[in-house]
Amino acid sequence: MKQFFLALLRSNRALPGYRLSLITTLLWAGLLIVLPLSTLLVRPWQDGVSAMLTALRDGRMFAALWTSFSCAATAAACNLPFGLMLAWALVRGHLPGRHVANALIDLPLALPTAVSGITLATLYSPHGWLGEPLSRLGIFVSYNRLGIVVALMFVGLPFMVRAIEPVLRDLPHELEEAAQLLGARPWQVFTRVIVAPLLPALVTGFGLAFARGIGEYGSVIFIAGNQPFRSEIAPLLIVVRLQEFDYAGATAIALVLLVASLLVLLLVGMMRKRLALWSEPA
Amino acid sequence: MMRYGLWVATWLFILVVLVAPPAMVLSEALKDGLGAALATLSDPDGQSAIWLTLRVTVVSVAINTLFGVLAAWLLACFRFRGRQALLVLLELPLSISPVVSGLVWLLLFGAQGWFGPLLERWNIHIAFAVPGIILATLFVTLPYVVRTLLPVMELQGRHAEEAAVLAGANFWQVLWHVTLPGVRGALLSGVLLTTARSLGEFGAVSVVSGHIPGETETMPLHIENLYNGYQSVAAFTMAALLGVMAMGAVLLRSAPEWIARLREKKA
Repeated sequence: MKQFFLALLRSNRALPGYRLSLITTLLWAGLLIVLPLSTLLVRPWQDGVSAMLTALRDGRMFAALWTSFSCAATAAACNLPFGLMLAWALVRGHLPGRHVANALIDLPLALPTAVSGITLATLYSPHGWLGEPLSRLGIFVSYNRLGIVVALMFVGLPFMVRAIEPVLRDLPHELEEAAQLLGARPWQVFTRVIVAPLLPALVTGFGLAFARGIGEYGSVIFIAGNQPFRSEIAPLLIVVRLQEFDYAGATAIALVLLVASLLVLLLVGMMRKRLALWSEPA
Repeated sequence: MMRYGLWVATWLFILVVLVAPPAMVLSEALKDGLGAALATLSDPDGQSAIWLTLRVTVVSVAINTLFGVLAAWLLACFRFRGRQALLVLLELPLSISPVVSGLVWLLLFGAQGWFGPLLERWNIHIAFAVPGIILATLFVTLPYVVRTLLPVMELQGRHAEEAAVLAGANFWQVLWHVTLPGVRGALLSGVLLTTARSLGEFGAVSVVSGHIPGETETMPLHIENLYNGYQSVAAFTMAALLGVMAMGAVLLRSAPEWIARLREKKA
């Protein structure tokens, strides 16, 4: 093993361009990522600690963060069964028109967020194609939290399907047949043989959709109604604070959002490592 | 029986959730007929938004592709201390809220920012001007080329590159004649993803742009403006155009597969 790595190192030296590519990459990442993000860490303290503490005590900020986090979690959770259904239909269900369906699943990622935003707002408005029948049932989607959840479900769906799909593809079909032969009921087969090994993938999909959801802006603001304390998401409050020239307040929210999404992704990464351990051949 | 139920449920879900939105865009844009829709595109502010978006996209794609290829070369060919950290750093923009990606540039170059007042004295405008829009777009689209190139380059190994070096090729010759032709598909895919994201970026650009119609309004911002001004046909026509451009870029990624399949059929 050691010799293998030594050989790897030696062959590395054989290739040119190390210094050039290192310098350009450090410049590129330094100027475009490290420098701008360092402002988030330094700027909040520039106006003094008391200003930062005042900014962090803002009730409207907590309401906005709660709206963002709870709606993102709800949307990701609601996407679990749908993601599972779509992945199952694509991988195992012999769905007619599989290739078209497969391409359509990435649509929310490809559609610019402003386009999804105005489209979902119109679609679910009380006069829209989907909003009208729903409002007759007494369900009002747009201009409240339900609208936020619907928009976040739309943008989060591809993350869920794409997290489940590869794992489902690798799951041996024989397991289900064996379980059936051993007398498991369909529900038992589903929960113990299918969902159990998919659990890490489901958590990964949930985490990715959730992380995307707490930062999402364009696809949400048109449908949300944006009432402070009720349906105002955290990224929108950043924009509001900037319009009020309250940079400390804006930066405080940004810092919380950044730390939260990094924590979620760290958790997902740990989960993936466990997944890799599980699937390693004995 | 259960299988048919699954098929119906899946397609019903796809139709309601995924097909209805783009269908709605077209139906709203063509509400008053094709002529009325096309007429809205001749609006000068709209045209300036289209041009600005194209300019920003070309610049961002060029810069991020050049540096992305060099970064992928570095990460694929060499093992060095801090490589993992660099990998994480290059993925970071993907997990940051678009609004925050715009905010950081205001904190640098805004009127209250670190360098804003200094640059103002030299009459250089970055925040609420086109350079700011480009910087915000560069930030959000930075990871795509590296992310799509790196796994493919690592899979290919370095034998061809080593042979070329032994035969006397220099760095640019190896990169241009050996490495890049081998990863053409992945490079194309990365460039097209960068393009799609640049075209459609809304949150980050919205924060730094200043929303001056005809000057710093990109297509997504112009769509917001039209929609909020109840100009529904114009908003959805622009949305349809932008959607077709972005989705076209994403779909084009499979173009090499189509071409290969066509050739197979002919042969």
